Amino acid sequence: MKAGTLSKALKSGAIWGFIVLELIFFSIAGEYLSLSDKAFMDWENMLLLLKQSAPIGIIAMGMTIVMINGNIDLSVGATYAIAAIVLLESMTWPIFAGLGDMVIPVAWLLALLVGTFLGALNGLIVWKTGVDAFIVTLGSMLGFRGIVFMFNGENPTSHLNWTLVDFAEAEFLGLATASWFLLAVTLVIWFVMTKTVHGRNAYAIGDNRDAAVNAGIRVGPHIMINFAIIGFLAALSAVVFYSESGSVNPNDGQLYELWVITAVVLGGTKITGGAGSVIGTFGGVIAIQLLRKGLGHIGADTSTVNLVIGLILIVVLILDRQLNVKGKEELKV
Amino acid sequence: MATLTKQQIGTVLAKQGILIAFAVFMVAFTLANPKFISIDNLFSVVRSSAILGVMALGVTFVVISGNLDLSVGSMMSFSTIVVLDLHDKIGPALAIPAMFAMTLCLGAFIGFLVGYLRLNSLIVTLGMLSAIHGLTLTYSGGQNMDIADKEGTWFSVFGQGSALGIPVPILIFVALAAFLGIMLAKTPFGRKVYAVGGNGTAATFSGIRRARTVFACYIISAFCVATAGLIQASRSLGSQNTVGQGLELEVLAAVILGGASLLGGSGAIFKTVIGVLILGFIQNGLLLIGLQFYVQFVVTWVIIILAVWLDIAAKRGKLWSPIA
Repeated sequence: MKAGTLSKALKSGAIWGFIVLELIFFSIAGEYLSLSDKAFMDWENMLLLLKQSAPIGIIAMGMTIVMINGNIDLSVGATYAIAAIVLLESMTWPIFAGLGDMVIPVAWLLALLVGTFLGALNGLIVWKTGVDAFIVTLGSMLGFRGIVFMFNGENPTSHLNWTLVDFAEAEFLGLATASWFLLAVTLVIWFVMTKTVHGRNAYAIGDNRDAAVNAGIRVGPHIMINFAIIGFLAALSAVVFYSESGSVNPNDGQLYELWVITAVVLGGTKITGGAGSVIGTFGGVIAIQLLRKGLGHIGADTSTVNLVIGLILIVVLILDRQLNVKGKEELKV
Repeated sequence: MATLTKQQIGTVLAKQGILIAFAVFMVAFTLANPKFISIDNLFSVVRSSAILGVMALGVTFVVISGNLDLSVGSMMSFSTIVVLDLHDKIGPALAIPAMFAMTLCLGAFIGFLVGYLRLNSLIVTLGMLSAIHGLTLTYSGGQNMDIADKEGTWFSVFGQGSALGIPVPILIFVALAAFLGIMLAKTPFGRKVYAVGGNGTAATFSGIRRARTVFACYIISAFCVATAGLIQASRSLGSQNTVGQGLELEVLAAVILGGASLLGGSGAIFKTVIGVLILGFIQNGLLLIGLQFYVQFVVTWVIIILAVWLDIAAKRGKLWSPIA
């Protein structure tokens, strides 16, 4: 066995080991602490967990590409809110009044287009100006959120379309619509990242941008496409979630970027780019949702969830440092 | 010749761009509404920017040393809640030092992780954002904090009082800015901060203790956050436990607007103060010319990107990025 193989195996399997640990811990602790007499590892409960992971999970897939690429996107929460407003508001527009239920695909399409456009706009700015993605998306996070508030002030935007709610609440082969979307997105992004030229270029650019330029990869458009993808996925996440809930507050999606980045980092993606996997991110998303649900199951409140997730993120970072080869200088952000 | 002049203009614009932009804004807003330049209005803008400004001073140190601090918002909530809670339990004279000690402990913890363990500051402070938020909620039991006797306490002096006709928050902000400005520009410690952020490896080879310098920057940041929490608590004498939420990004925006590079090694306290004032005056000016409150966020977005873009464009000598 080569040196480093063990640590590599440990790292790629770590998130799944963590999930198993969580399951064991919450099952046992739940026996003593839980108020409900249902077991934690109840099948229904696990299915619900998958469904609840969808909003964060769908965005996290896009964040994985962007972070492997060596960038970051802080504006996803605001994009999410804008797409939700477009979705719900456009269904009430008089031009679409004659469409009946056909307004649903039109509204979906509009919301997805807006999300893709906002993502591409971020990407275009990063590409053309050369400003760091962290700053560009920090700015657009403020800007997009401002647009959300300009639209309807502090008031919620609501519109319930029952056909849409029925679709969103439907189950197919035992899985909810949202779960199917999460699985489908995971599969597609996994395929893109492992089997296509675009995916290989994403790793190459994140690993060493100059080398990628020299190898003839058109880095600028590539980065822009990835930002468009994450914008699209943020909108898709909103579309899936708000089809069911039918009402969006202007503050919705706030701090989503932090949850998403936490999930991606837990899943083993390097913040400096060049390494990471979609499957790992999926594990990270599940691990976070499991933690939230599990802590709720044993009677802890949301404050404990925040505390625990923050500390786990730091512990993971320390472990990662220890498992990595000592003395190898890492680039700072 | 013509190109040379163009270049010179470019350099001047880049170096003093933020000051020029500031001046242009002030003139434009004054023309739009003469009330903008009145002493009352200027005071009220600086006073309301003081909390953000005090936090930005500390974050400037962290950013120059080549790191980030995303935890200042929730840390500010923490210190506000703690000092309000302790005020009624052990009295303001003891509550204030106790709160500073607790906040500095949090800063020391982050400084230890980033400085000595060399962990990535973005993720560490992201984790601490969440962890400190949880800590605050646990501490307060999810309740809002209020001081029982709001009339009879001298504690309100830090947020509401004034000396020589100048509001105390402004005095604190100016004094702290002057002190930290001198520390950063004129002392060996300040030069070490620039050296560590500019080129950490070279700094280590020239005998600068990098870990200790980074640690000190986070301590300074925590001290500033505690001061901001004190002003906030004293101004309102009661608070929600999410009072600082989202401030970390506004603070960072002010620091970046002031021209500090996220790569470290550049920036200045004076420039950060300008960045803070620009944010404050834009917000105020847009309201005075009758625009909706939320327009300021969109304007801030455009300004941040323009400011950073022009800065790096001047450095590379080309407007557009050379990436294919």
